[in-house]
Amino acid sequence: MRGLPPVAITAMVFVAGFALCTAQFPNFASTRVAANLLTDNAFLGIVATGMTFVIISGGIDLSVGSVIGFTTVFVALAIERLGVPPLVAFAAILLLCAAFGAAMGAIIHVFDMPPFIVTLAGMFLARGASFLMSTESTPITAPLYSTVSDFALRLPGGGRLTAIALIMLAVVAAGAALLHFTRFGANVYALGGSRATTALMGIPVGSMTVRIYMLSSVLAGLAGIVFSFYTAAGYSLSAVGVELDSIAAVVIGGTLLTGGQGSVAGTLLGVLIQGLIQTYINFDGTLSSWWTKIVTGILLFAFIALQQAMLGIASRAGPRKAGVLKS
Amino acid sequence: MNASSDPGSALLEVRGLSKSFGTLRALQEVDFTLRAGEIHALLGENGAGKSTLIKTVTGVFPRDTGIVRLGGAEVAPRSAKAAVDAGIATVYQEVNLLLNLSVAQNLYLGRQPTRFGLVREAEMRRRAAELLAEFDLHIDVAEPLGNYSVAVQHITAIARAVDQSARVLILDEPTASLDRHEVEILFAVMRKLALRGIGVIFVTHFLDQVYEICDRITVLRNGRLIGERETAELPRIELIRMMLGRELAGTTSERAAAKVRQAGEVCARFEGYGKVGCVAPFNLALRRGEVIGLAGLLGSGRTETARLVFGAERADSGSATVEGKPVRLQSPRDAVAHGFGYCPEERKTEGIIADLTVRENIVLALQAKRGLTKPLSRAEQEGIAIRFIRLLDIRPPEPERPIGLLSGGNQQKVLLARWLATAPRLLVLDEPTRGIDVGAHAEIIRLIRELCDDGLALLVISSELDEIVTYSDRVIVLRDRAHIDELEGEAIDVSNVLAAIAATGTAGAEAGQA
Repeated sequence: MRGLPPVAITAMVFVAGFALCTAQFPNFASTRVAANLLTDNAFLGIVATGMTFVIISGGIDLSVGSVIGFTTVFVALAIERLGVPPLVAFAAILLLCAAFGAAMGAIIHVFDMPPFIVTLAGMFLARGASFLMSTESTPITAPLYSTVSDFALRLPGGGRLTAIALIMLAVVAAGAALLHFTRFGANVYALGGSRATTALMGIPVGSMTVRIYMLSSVLAGLAGIVFSFYTAAGYSLSAVGVELDSIAAVVIGGTLLTGGQGSVAGTLLGVLIQGLIQTYINFDGTLSSWWTKIVTGILLFAFIALQQAMLGIASRAGPRKAGVLKS
Repeated sequence: MNASSDPGSALLEVRGLSKSFGTLRALQEVDFTLRAGEIHALLGENGAGKSTLIKTVTGVFPRDTGIVRLGGAEVAPRSAKAAVDAGIATVYQEVNLLLNLSVAQNLYLGRQPTRFGLVREAEMRRRAAELLAEFDLHIDVAEPLGNYSVAVQHITAIARAVDQSARVLILDEPTASLDRHEVEILFAVMRKLALRGIGVIFVTHFLDQVYEICDRITVLRNGRLIGERETAELPRIELIRMMLGRELAGTTSERAAAKVRQAGEVCARFEGYGKVGCVAPFNLALRRGEVIGLAGLLGSGRTETARLVFGAERADSGSATVEGKPVRLQSPRDAVAHGFGYCPEERKTEGIIADLTVRENIVLALQAKRGLTKPLSRAEQEGIAIRFIRLLDIRPPEPERPIGLLSGGNQQKVLLARWLATAPRLLVLDEPTRGIDVGAHAEIIRLIRELCDDGLALLVISSELDEIVTYSDRVIVLRDRAHIDELEGEAIDVSNVLAAIAATGTAGAEAGQA
């Protein structure tokens, strides 16, 4: 099946990493650690799901980190300063994000511009706009926020599966279904295979591009809301560099950076591997938390090298299947 | 089939179609009639207007004047998709399908069976398998299309087109990258479609194939209609005359001239040269002023031999000497440094750089050889470009024209010029005449002969045995990734080469004869 071997490797890396941690810290293997892993990386999981679609379609979205930052400030100010009910604020920001993503997608398609440049512009725009609104961290004290952070499913062993972890798992599940079981998903893979060919096959490439970037921005907005639950504050400097973390998660998850292959499940594993490294560092207590970046960098490099090697092997494999022909 | 597609009735009628690009009149008042249930060859040299006709009819280009009727009703599609919806589907030489998707997804992309918004994968695969079974293709449709051969990809593209209720199927050079066996399979599919009342337009450069399968022939030249004939009533020489607009001397009779040439001393020698899984170790001596032809079926190891010689593949056994000195050919860079040149088979992807001008394409290899620290001045570049444009008769003779806008034959000449500019001692030509029309064909062959008269050693790969036999001083025959025979002098003729390929009646040879 497509994308399976790289995902299998990602899964093995995760399991091996978890085993390693458990060997060193006996109480590592607990539902508490597992649940915290999901909670701490909930926003990353959500935004990386959107990034998976973008990358499989052959694009990239550098604006997501800034969109998260913008969202936290927008939500905090709307609730705290303007007294807007939280749910109304959420709906407003998601609509705004949808429009933002649609605009980026439309520019990419209509002017045939590289997604890298367009979303880079989007990244500066969103980050600048969030600074314009507020340069300070704004705490959110709305009752909904304490309700959400108090909510959790108790797991045997003391783990608390929080609301934001559940949102993330729901997004991943829905994203996987959308990518693997719908026409939309098939078109995403098709775009990553070849834009020109996809257009010749009668797929509306323009509207697909718009919708893919819209999806990514909406999920970034949702990740921003989740991030505001997580930190109970809105801050224009939050989630700096998250676009790169999410790209790393997608690639470690076995998605081809050039598009056309990949899976949402792999991305979730990629996110969890990054979280696992962070957790290990917390357990250790003496290591600098920046080791997370170093190890992520090494893993990223290893996975890209692996992809190249596998492509090389595939192209050198020699005779292709002729097919069984009766004539 | 409905009433409008009775066998014999006019299915697609093109009347007075014209199309200009700027000042270039690509099509002038062209008429074309396709009957239901026939296979109709559309022939002409490069630049005759075949592609323009197809693209204008299918809405890829807007047309200037003229009408197109399909089954009596006027159609004017504005895009390839609109043409498909109207019932005119095109399958190009470069298969326009997605190699990263499964065969089934390729067949049903954009129209997958769904339930509650979800694709019914199992249902889609079942239908895909059924659809392909109609074409005698029994493969695992869940596999990515890229895992299958080009022939399977072509049939998949045709199946998709036909399934989208195509009444007219246009095949643009579908056989160019297929071997004999695969061509047979494709022909079987074409005949089956014709029996179903579909009109098939077949664009090709292979005249043998035209006579094998086509009912009628339409010939274009310089954007004009030259004639429409029944295949059975059109002798081959007459057809060639229609295509070229001039008498063409029989190519085989020129063989005698080639034999008198004296071979010079050895300039490059390969001993026990080979690579596991690529080509078995071979001995090869290349002499100045000599053309060596590599003959064999597709996949017999011809291209692999060329790539080894040029260092594009690293040999894992044997040794190479140039002018008597041992050399190591680790990369094309090494090969270029030793005076080798290579015109690859994949002209579009490995040869030309489409967006650069003719001048820039010509000086590319020379500049690379000199190194970046010794740039060629603009004046030198222009001098070189103009010299080769004149020498090789590259048309149009404009050094600043992007090479992508030239015809295939002229692109090939630019590639030759690129290497000739480096004053090589050995030039490897992989399928130099592929996808090139008859006229340019003869010209390329003439160039090959002249090059060797100038003392160049040439190693030429070609699937066209007639051609290889015409210009080669020695022919090396390959089969199953090994050099199996070598013919010299009087022994070089098509039947001997065929006999050598088929010598021990192995699987490879059977595939070729099937």
